[in-house]
Amino acid sequence: TANVLVFASHYRMAPLLVVGLALCLSGTWAVDKGNFKTCEQSAFCKRQRALKPGESPYRALLETMELTNTRLTLQLINDNNKVRLLLELYRLQGNITRVKINELKPLKPRYEVPDVLIREPTTEPLSVLSQDENGVVLSLGVESQRVIISARPFRLDIMEGSDVLMSLNSRGLLAFEHLRMQEEKVEDGMWEETFKSHTDSKPNGPSAVSLDFSLPGVEHVYGIPEHADTLRLKTTDNGDPYRLYNLDVFQYELYNPMALYGSVPVMVAHSAQRTTGIFWLNAAETWVDISSNTAGKTVFGKMLDYVQGSSETPQTDVRWISESGIIDVFIMLGPTPKDVFSQYASLTGTQSFPPLASLGYHQCRWNYNDQEDVKSVDAGFDEHDIPYDFIWLDIEHTDGKRYFTWDPHKFATPKEMLQGLMDKKRKMVAIVDPHIKVDSNYKIHNEIRTLGFYVKNKDGGDYEGWCWPGSASYPDFTRADMRAWWASMFAYDQYEGTMENLYTWNDMNEPSVFNGPEVTMHKDAMHGSWEHRDIHNLYGLYVQMATAEGLIQRSGGVERPFVLTRAFFAGSQRIGAVWTGDNAAEWDHLKISIPMCLSMGLVGISFCGADIGGFFKSPSTELLVRWYQAGAYQPFYRAHAHLDTPRREPWLFGPENTALIREAVRQRYTFLPYWYQLFYRAHVTGEPVMRPLWVEYPQDLATFALEDEYLIGRDLLVHPVVEEGARGVTAYLPGKDEVWFDVHTFQKHNGAQNLYIPVTMSSIPVFQRGGSIIPRKLRVRRSSTCMEHDPYTLYVALNLQRTADGELYIDDGHTFNYEKKEFIYRKLTFANKVLSSVNLAPDAKFTTDSWIERIIVLGASKPSKVTLKTFESAC
Amino acid sequence: MSCQFLLLLLLSVGVSAVEVQRPRGVPLSKRQFYEEGKPFTCLDGSRNIPFDRVNDDYCDCQDGSDEPGTAACPNGSFHCTNAGFRPTFIPSSRINDGICDCCDTTDEYNSGATCQNTCRELGRKERESLQKMAEIAKEGFLLKQQLIHEAKMGLEDKKAKLGDVQGSKKDMEAKVEALRTVKESAEQPEREAKERHLKAWEDQKALIQKEKDSARMAEVFLELDDDADGFVSVPELLSHSELDPDADGSFTEAEAQGLLGGVDKVDTVAFESIWSNVKEKYMSESNADTPAPEETSREEINEPVSDNESDQYPDDDIPEDEDDDDEEDEDDDRDEHDYKIPPTARTEEKKDDDEGAMPPYDQETQNLIDAAQKARDEFDEAERALQEVDDQIRNLEKEISFDFGPSSEFAYLYSQCYELTTSEYIYRLCPFNRVTQKSKFGGSETNLGSWGKWAGPEDSIYSVMKYEHGTGCWQGPSRSTTVKLTCGKETVVMSTSEPSRCEYLMEFTSPAVCQEPPSLEISSHEHQEL
Repeated sequence: TANVLVFASHYRMAPLLVVGLALCLSGTWAVDKGNFKTCEQSAFCKRQRALKPGESPYRALLETMELTNTRLTLQLINDNNKVRLLLELYRLQGNITRVKINELKPLKPRYEVPDVLIREPTTEPLSVLSQDENGVVLSLGVESQRVIISARPFRLDIMEGSDVLMSLNSRGLLAFEHLRMQEEKVEDGMWEETFKSHTDSKPNGPSAVSLDFSLPGVEHVYGIPEHADTLRLKTTDNGDPYRLYNLDVFQYELYNPMALYGSVPVMVAHSAQRTTGIFWLNAAETWVDISSNTAGKTVFGKMLDYVQGSSETPQTDVRWISESGIIDVFIMLGPTPKDVFSQYASLTGTQSFPPLASLGYHQCRWNYNDQEDVKSVDAGFDEHDIPYDFIWLDIEHTDGKRYFTWDPHKFATPKEMLQGLMDKKRKMVAIVDPHIKVDSNYKIHNEIRTLGFYVKNKDGGDYEGWCWPGSASYPDFTRADMRAWWASMFAYDQYEGTMENLYTWNDMNEPSVFNGPEVTMHKDAMHGSWEHRDIHNLYGLYVQMATAEGLIQRSGGVERPFVLTRAFFAGSQRIGAVWTGDNAAEWDHLKISIPMCLSMGLVGISFCGADIGGFFKSPSTELLVRWYQAGAYQPFYRAHAHLDTPRREPWLFGPENTALIREAVRQRYTFLPYWYQLFYRAHVTGEPVMRPLWVEYPQDLATFALEDEYLIGRDLLVHPVVEEGARGVTAYLPGKDEVWFDVHTFQKHNGAQNLYIPVTMSSIPVFQRGGSIIPRKLRVRRSSTCMEHDPYTLYVALNLQRTADGELYIDDGHTFNYEKKEFIYRKLTFANKVLSSVNLAPDAKFTTDSWIERIIVLGASKPSKVTLKTFESAC
Repeated sequence: MSCQFLLLLLLSVGVSAVEVQRPRGVPLSKRQFYEEGKPFTCLDGSRNIPFDRVNDDYCDCQDGSDEPGTAACPNGSFHCTNAGFRPTFIPSSRINDGICDCCDTTDEYNSGATCQNTCRELGRKERESLQKMAEIAKEGFLLKQQLIHEAKMGLEDKKAKLGDVQGSKKDMEAKVEALRTVKESAEQPEREAKERHLKAWEDQKALIQKEKDSARMAEVFLELDDDADGFVSVPELLSHSELDPDADGSFTEAEAQGLLGGVDKVDTVAFESIWSNVKEKYMSESNADTPAPEETSREEINEPVSDNESDQYPDDDIPEDEDDDDEEDEDDDRDEHDYKIPPTARTEEKKDDDEGAMPPYDQETQNLIDAAQKARDEFDEAERALQEVDDQIRNLEKEISFDFGPSSEFAYLYSQCYELTTSEYIYRLCPFNRVTQKSKFGGSETNLGSWGKWAGPEDSIYSVMKYEHGTGCWQGPSRSTTVKLTCGKETVVMSTSEPSRCEYLMEFTSPAVCQEPPSLEISSHEHQEL
């Protein structure tokens, strides 16, 4: 849920009526762009973007260079103002180079983002290969990789052999606004900035940082979510840069670079030769400019001349601009896509391993009105024989939008309700938002206030803004003690009416402030000694982190948490699930759910989904069915709807459509073992569950911009139907040596072709790669938990060599015991007409009641005889 | 041991759980298809399998018929005998899922779930409730017969009344026509007399006007004749710049001379002939500053023409007996009445007042007017009476032709209203008219929909009422209400809810929905196969 406009319908909230009314007058079903800044309206972005490529005023003072085993430091000087910067360069384990630039002597400390890196990264030795007055060449240790530091002007080039992999400040756009005392002559927007009716007091003055990166040989860049845009990022020369600033955008528009609810400042660059990544660790408002082939003409140093080759090489130039903090950038050098994923995972961690049930179907609506409503929707699923695992409660379940409470009339006996669900082996999610109603009769508010845990306004008082409850304050989640307190509130004796099958949803954690600038918090609000400006994009991550910690703690550290968040940052993948926010019931929104989730997957966040059916507006039956079908093959599978839309439980559209939706959901449940083991792999390796084709076929140029189809893991290719009235889709099946099997008809198709697939309303084009083995459970029951002990069916799809392999992972599905090696992890191989299994984790132990009841071999002829052998020694 | 699952069982040759009488999960009616020892033919005829593969926890038949007692087939179904209660089928996916579905516990034979056999208790409760429902249905059905009878009587009454009214309408039409003639013949002399009177008055007014004009002319002459020599001269005229014929700011001697008819000065006699040149523009020296009268704003005339609601709901003309519902209608009438007054009439009257009132009519004229007025009043009254009769006919016809159910059993709800008070609102259902909601804490009434149609499923169309086009919702559709009718002895609104924003659901009991209980013995059949 979210947004301001809806608020207007809550007529009792008189003070906000004005805000809503203003939006109403715009009269369109689209974002009111005027509520959000363009680069031109954001003083630092305007200032920085006014700098054009040219010779950098920065010079490296080579005489200041200090090199220890793990770290190189060097001063930079800006010849225009003589301000000195300190450059730190690290070689990190796993082929990562870290570049940090800060003021040598800042007037006061500048913010460095904590809690995102999982640990201080392990460094590797650096050594000087050569040095003269023009620069230094450092060895990066592996594969003849070198960093060349050019002194005048300052630039960095990372090379491998004779290839330049990446250049920093090659366009001279390094800019570092040093902290200063307020001068008499001030530029507009440096010490104060006004947007609409909001004034940002900017007591620290200008503090922006900016740096450019050139990527020779690269034509495709991806990532930097969250944007409602294509998978492949566009150049930004003729418009605004991509913006990263977590915002509650009401009815967002598609295909533009506007900021949305979350930010991950990670860009992945890919070419047929190599994949690299840039992780810009900064939590302040950030803008990213992308241009293509405009550089390459800048003067390279003598040492580089011979490698330059043809100036026709394609090149992408990227420029990052942040409002405050420091430059702290991690250059992930691949070379393969999966290397980049593991490099990024080594820094910020991997996808949290979700409870198995959370990969099932989720039924949500703003709002299920009361316990009776919940009961009858639950019964509806049984009546129509549609499986589901979670039913959700939005904000109306609370006592007057006081989170951690229940409406005393509508949800008078929540435990009874939860027990009813538990009896059916189902679960519930209730929303807990971070805005706290200012109400002296509200325990949570009183405690936070007493403990001094609220974010402060610029004058030192508790920050107050308007949100769902009316006047609300915002806990300072950047404080570890605040987060610990918050986590303790989820204990069963604190959060009354809860049981172990109740999980949590954090919405509005950008944070959303209805009457704040750009519907969020004032940048001069204070988190201890740091401004909100410094930490903004981090707030949502902290909220989800503290909440998940609460769910873990209430179970004594035994149970895996499930927490959905709307706002996120680098590192959020470690905590839980993310959804794409308040989309709309439109075909284009269905379409864009694919590139949006693919983009998140590339930067670590695998547990992604879009509201099935679309949040705003009411979907046509066809759209709803198609969305259920597409969503069945996306990681987070939840239907959701706005308060003002008509009901849309799956059985409300006639028996024919109920059957279509039932079939889509059932397909999802048959694939749960595969989803689950992919999440296990994502948890171990950091590779995305839902991934673009180029991740598996990195040399196939035809895949680089595909965003209407994708892979789940390596072995399932999905091309959902997302066009109204579609009679067919054309899917690209990659791999000239591959074959693909239609998972419904088992029909075999050759790879490296565009295949036209005629479709009807029941079609969901999905293909299994020849050479793979996928475990499924065909006994679909009313929830995933009910299927726990059921047997598996193995789908063995043979490749042209008549072999196949796959994995099977099994554990209890919900605890952390897998960390104590309580699981089964086996490699399945089919070769020479023998299907065999090898234990991938011999030291792990787990007992299951499940068995394998069926093996389906695709691409083989009928066997004359089948024998079964068991080897006790294999155990 | 973790390796146990590893047994790659193509076919797990489990022990088939065959009961003495029939395999688990098979209903009695299908027992003959499952003959122990003989090959089993899938019920869709697709395949023959050895009998030991029935209920062996592996799905062989496409239709799932070989696994009636296990969860192996995705499309199978399991039969619970449920002795003491109703037998039923459940999807086979609910076998051994740890959740008790069959009251006889037979679906959870291997899951570890501890289920209690609740069939007897359920059976008892169901019998009680069926009995209760049967009683209600019985009593309700009796009441319904009465309602049908009353509706029939009422209908006959109404038809008879309609006949009467239609008869009296003819007389009234004749009366109206007769009175129209009387009125018209009385109005002719009235009009002539009034015209005579008016003309006389206008003649008199003209005379007075002329006298006034002469007096003013003399007055002006004296004012203009500054030197009192009995002539108005060019210089004397020039001091009155407002008389400048082309109003160009310079009043020349030639222009002044032109005003005086081409001479330098005029005496009183000659002044009379040039008076018309001067009188319009001349400003008296004593009150030259009098501002020109401003045009009065007519904003007050632009009243709201009519209120939207009355346009939207043409059904409002259904007579309403409830007092508090009439308020709105009165408002509507008042608005309409205001609108019919031609706005200019008021201002014209005002103008007449300014110029002095017309003298009263002489007695003869007044008599004619009184006579004509009397004829008019009588005519209007007759016409109004006719109008009323027309309305009455229309309403009667509407009520007679209204769909009150197959036997008009719902007719008694017409013109009635039923209320339900919840913690926040008072809901009011006026069947065949509309549904409203009003906050207990004041505020205005919200229309939750006006009568739309019977909207039950095909086989029981009269079980659901639909009320539509209520007050619009913010950014949404207009409010609507679905009323579900169930059999009850009393006519009561049982509950209201709002499953979706602005889509209300009401449960309403009425004897009119009660069906004749097929047999009072129904509840005593314990082993009814469905």
